[in-house]
Amino acid sequence: MGIVKTAKLIYDYIRYDENEKEETFRAIDGVDLEVEPGQFIAVLGHNGSGKSTLAKHLNALLVPSEGTVWLDNMDTRDDSHIWDIRQEAGMVFQNPDNQIVASVVEEDVGFGPENLGVETPEIWKRVAKSLEGVGMTAYRKHSPNKLSGGQKQRVAIAGVVAMQPKCIILDEPTAMLDPNGRKEVLKVVHELNREEKVTVILITHYMEEVTDADYVYVMDHGKVVMKGTPREIFSQVETLKAYRLDVPQVTLLAHELKESGVDVPDGVLTTGELVDALCRLN
Amino acid sequence: MLKDITIGQYYPADSAIHKLDPRVKIITTVIYIVSLFVTNDWIGYLAAFLFLAACIKVSKVPLSFILKGMKSIAFLLGITVVFNLIFTPGEEVLVTFWKITITEKGLEMAVRMAIRLSFLIVGTSLMTLTTTPNQLTNALERLMKPLSFMLPVHEIAMMMSIALRFIPILMEETDKIMKAQMARGADFETGNIIVRIKNMVPLLVPLFISAFRRANDLAMAMEARCYHGGAGRTQMKPLSYRGNDWVAYGVMWGYLAVCIVLRIVF
Ligand SMILES: Nc1ncnc2c1ncn2[C@@H]1O[C@H](COP(=O)(O)OP(=O)(O)OP(=O)(O)O)[C@@H](O)[C@H]1O
Ligand SMILES: [Mg+2]
Repeated sequence: MGIVKTAKLIYDYIRYDENEKEETFRAIDGVDLEVEPGQFIAVLGHNGSGKSTLAKHLNALLVPSEGTVWLDNMDTRDDSHIWDIRQEAGMVFQNPDNQIVASVVEEDVGFGPENLGVETPEIWKRVAKSLEGVGMTAYRKHSPNKLSGGQKQRVAIAGVVAMQPKCIILDEPTAMLDPNGRKEVLKVVHELNREEKVTVILITHYMEEVTDADYVYVMDHGKVVMKGTPREIFSQVETLKAYRLDVPQVTLLAHELKESGVDVPDGVLTTGELVDALCRLN
Repeated sequence: MLKDITIGQYYPADSAIHKLDPRVKIITTVIYIVSLFVTNDWIGYLAAFLFLAACIKVSKVPLSFILKGMKSIAFLLGITVVFNLIFTPGEEVLVTFWKITITEKGLEMAVRMAIRLSFLIVGTSLMTLTTTPNQLTNALERLMKPLSFMLPVHEIAMMMSIALRFIPILMEETDKIMKAQMARGADFETGNIIVRIKNMVPLLVPLFISAFRRANDLAMAMEARCYHGGAGRTQMKPLSYRGNDWVAYGVMWGYLAVCIVLRIVF
């Protein structure tokens, strides 16, 4: 079994309307997910499609209304494993300010290991290594308030890495960042995946960020509506548009060219590929 | 404009006092305050003055910086002095004008009070100036540990350190909301105090909503990082006494002894 697996996952939010009457809202509707160790998975979806709700299930912040979620063979509904699950599946959230706890960068990175009861010298080692990994060692004594968005997000990632997770779930980590910050964060995440073999589940609605993923899930209205390699997904430009997702510019250009009769392949992901394809034409 | 307010100001410097264990500094400050009220004669005040002056010298914090912090409390100090001056009854009347009499005793009380309060304020600000807010909360947690059977000590300390982290963020946000509303014609600067307070209300609503959202996010992020209270938690920077800390304790007890002796002798 994979490191993350969900089977027929359903989640209902309970809301109260004006008359205090209870009504349920199905945010996740029968999702099956299977992630192998070391993979880089992307989850795409428009606002309100249920991505965050899904993410919160993967480290037991929410438990399913129906169906099951397993993390490394542990059922998230099993209370006795809840801290093991949260240690193994680290989570990075969207707003960098609202997830940094301490007033000094290094102390924030140490927060997770402290909670796990790691011995003091080992905490220091882990903090040094994690900060090194995200390239923030120079800022270890700084206050998080003085960092840029991308730097804060890298600190948040270091805070998760210091807990030595097997899997990291990032819920739109770049949504509040400028293009440079976005690049910094993605670079760090890819390095973690490649060098430390950490499984990554990246939730996003920027299509450019998923072209390097091993596998992509597209969600809409709580359901997984498309899945496949980035190339398979991006070759279906019309379908993606129907789910209100913007295709990367190159892919779109290639698609339009093809529509108007130029012989280029489907699912072009990079500018280089398109250039190659176009050069081969004559 | 709100950014100018700094709570728990810290003056970074490389001094023996900065390097002391925060617990030493808290306890010494408390003892110092007690000593100010134990002494009631001028030689005692002289001892307190010398002790404080020595501490300031060692701390490498410029005197002007400390006195700047006193400005905000000068008003309070003034009121206390005036009250002592005019409301202390006594035999020997110094001056009388328009129903107010100032007695010799009143004058003496006022001067004593002024001395005590300014020493107290300078002493406490020396502590906060040489100790980071984090060290302070850490030390408070350790010092209050014996009370944990009746107080949620760890939780209080955690709340304090989170508050310290979010105060600047919320200040900045208040500034932003204020500017946004000012750009749309809101007026925070004219009118009497009642009008001004009324004008602040539309500021508070978005601020509270945002604070609650942040609190919610932060709670979730902490849970996701396995936070589950103080039980089973280790510390990255545990407090431990070193040589200098014992020396400092020694100096402190010595000072207290001097104060007590002075009190008995004179
Ligand atoms: N606490 C809640 N109570 C009730 N309904 C909720 C709650 N949180 C989310 N929802 C609803 O569940 C649906 C899915 O929300 P979710 O946050 O998972 O979407 P998302 O894909 O992460 O969106 P976004 O891109 O905006 O982050 C939305 O329609 C939302 O309104
Ligand atoms: Mg979301």
